[in-house]
Amino acid sequence: MLLASDVVVAQNVGFGIIAAVMVIFALRVVSSSNVVHAALSLVMVMAGAAALYVLLAAEFVAVTQVLVYIGAVMVLFLFGVMLTRAKLGKEGDLNNKNWGVGIPVAILLLGVMVYALGDGWGRTKIDATGGSVVSTTAISDLIFSPYILPFWGLSFVLLAAVIGAIVLARKD
Amino acid sequence: MIALAYWVQSLLRVLGGTVAVLLPAGTIVYLFLFKMMSFMQSRLGPMEAGPYGSLQLFAEVGKWLQKEDIAPERADKRIFRIAPLLVLVSTFLLVAVVPFGPDAYFTNFDAGVFYMLAVSSVSTLGILIAGWSSANKYSLLGGLRAAGQLIAYELPMVLSVLGVVIQAGTMNLQSIVMQQNAGSIFGWDGIGNPFILTQFVGFLIFMISVQAELTQTPFDMPIAESELVSGYMTEYSGFRFLIFFIAEFATAGVFALIASVLFLGGWGIPFSWFGWDSVGSIDNWMNVGGPLIMVTKMVVLSGIIMWVRFSYPRMREDQLQRFAWKVLVPLSLLNIMATAILKVVF
Repeated sequence: MLLASDVVVAQNVGFGIIAAVMVIFALRVVSSSNVVHAALSLVMVMAGAAALYVLLAAEFVAVTQVLVYIGAVMVLFLFGVMLTRAKLGKEGDLNNKNWGVGIPVAILLLGVMVYALGDGWGRTKIDATGGSVVSTTAISDLIFSPYILPFWGLSFVLLAAVIGAIVLARKD
Repeated sequence: MIALAYWVQSLLRVLGGTVAVLLPAGTIVYLFLFKMMSFMQSRLGPMEAGPYGSLQLFAEVGKWLQKEDIAPERADKRIFRIAPLLVLVSTFLLVAVVPFGPDAYFTNFDAGVFYMLAVSSVSTLGILIAGWSSANKYSLLGGLRAAGQLIAYELPMVLSVLGVVIQAGTMNLQSIVMQQNAGSIFGWDGIGNPFILTQFVGFLIFMISVQAELTQTPFDMPIAESELVSGYMTEYSGFRFLIFFIAEFATAGVFALIASVLFLGGWGIPFSWFGWDSVGSIDNWMNVGGPLIMVTKMVVLSGIIMWVRFSYPRMREDQLQRFAWKVLVPLSLLNIMATAILKVVF
C-alpha cells in the first residue's frame, strides 16, 4: 500500500517540472523550422535528462550526460551544421516525407521499454532519497570486472568506427 | 560548530559564489590587464580614477552599463541575447565545486573533477551560438574557430587531470587537497606532497590547455582582432559585452583556483606543521585562512597565464590544431601510462 509518508513531494514536483520541460522541447526539436533552433532544443532535452539523473542521486551518470552529450556531441553537431547549412530565420521543407513511419516505431519502442522495465523491476522500490548513492568507485568496479568483456567489445566497435571515418574522409 | 538554517546557508552560498566569480575577475583585470601589461609596454596604465587608478574598473563597468543594448537587424535576437549568459553560467557552475577550506565549500561530491571538466565545456555552446546568431561572417568564423579550438584542447585537459586522479585515487577535490597536505616525500612531511612534484608534465599540459580554453594569446585565433574584428564578440555591446568580458577573466581565475587545488595543495598548509592528521582535527581558523591561501595561489597562477598572454605572438590555426593533437594528446597519454605504472610499482 502506498502511504502518504512514502511520497517524496519535492522530488515528485521536480520530476513533473523537468519532464514537462523535456516534452515541450522534444516537440520543438521536430517542429522547429530552423536547424539550429532544433539543435538547441535538443540541448535542453539532454540537460533535462541530466537533471533527472541528479534527481535519482546518480551524480556520475548526470555529469557524464553533460560532458558527453552537451559538451561534445551537441557542440560537434552544431559545429557541423554551422559549417555546412545554418541559415538565420525560417527554413521550409525540413520535414522528411517519411516522418509517419516514426510513429509506429516510437510506439513499439515505448512498448518494449515499458515491458522490459515492468518485467525487470515490477514493484521493487528504489530508494532515491540519497541513502543508496552508488559511488563512482562502485561503478568502475562493475565496469572493469563483471562487464569487462562488453566494455572491450564496445571500445573495439568505437575504434573501428573512428578508423572507418578517417578512411572515408581522407582523399589522398 | 555553528548551525545555520537552510535559507541562510543558501544565501551565503549564492553570495560566496558571486564573490568567488567577481573577485578573481576584478583582480586579474586591474592587476594584470591594466597594470602589468602597461608596465611591460613602458607606460603607466590608468592613473586618474582613484589612487593609482584602482577605481578605473568601476568607471569601466559604469560606462558599459550605460550603453544601449543593441542587437543587429538580421540577428536571431533571442539566441543572441541568451549566448553571453550561457558563457557566464558555465563559470558560476565551475566555481561551485572549488573547495576553499575544510568546511568552506559550496558542494563536496565524489565526481568533482569530472563535474568541473563537464561544465567547463558548456561555455563552448554559448560561444558557438553567439557567433552564429550575430548574422555576421566575422562572428561566425570566430565562433567556429573557437569551437574547433575548445574541442581540441578539452581532450589534453581531461587527460592531464587523469594523472592526478590516478595518483590521488579519488575524484573528490576536497580529498585531493587532503592527500597533498597529509602526504610526505619519502617520509619527509615538511611541505606535504603537492602533486606538481610528481605530475609536473600534467601541470604543464593543464596550464597550456587552460590558456587555449580561455582563448588567451598565443591561442587567440577566435578573436584575432587584425582579421576578425573581435570574432564572436564583434556584434556585442553594452552589458552583454561586459558579461563576455567578466566571464573571460572570471574563468581564468576559476581555472587558476582549480589548478592550485589539483597541483599545488589547494587551501591547505602541510598538516604536519600543526600536527593535524584527519579532517576533524583541522583548526577552524583554516576556514578563513584557506580562502586567503587560495586567492594568493590564484593571483600567482593567473599572473603566469597573463604573462604568457602579453609575451607571445599569436599561433596560426593549423599550428594550433597540430600542437593539440600531435603533441599534447600523446604526451598526456604517456603521462597517464607512466603514472599508472608507478602507482602499481610503489
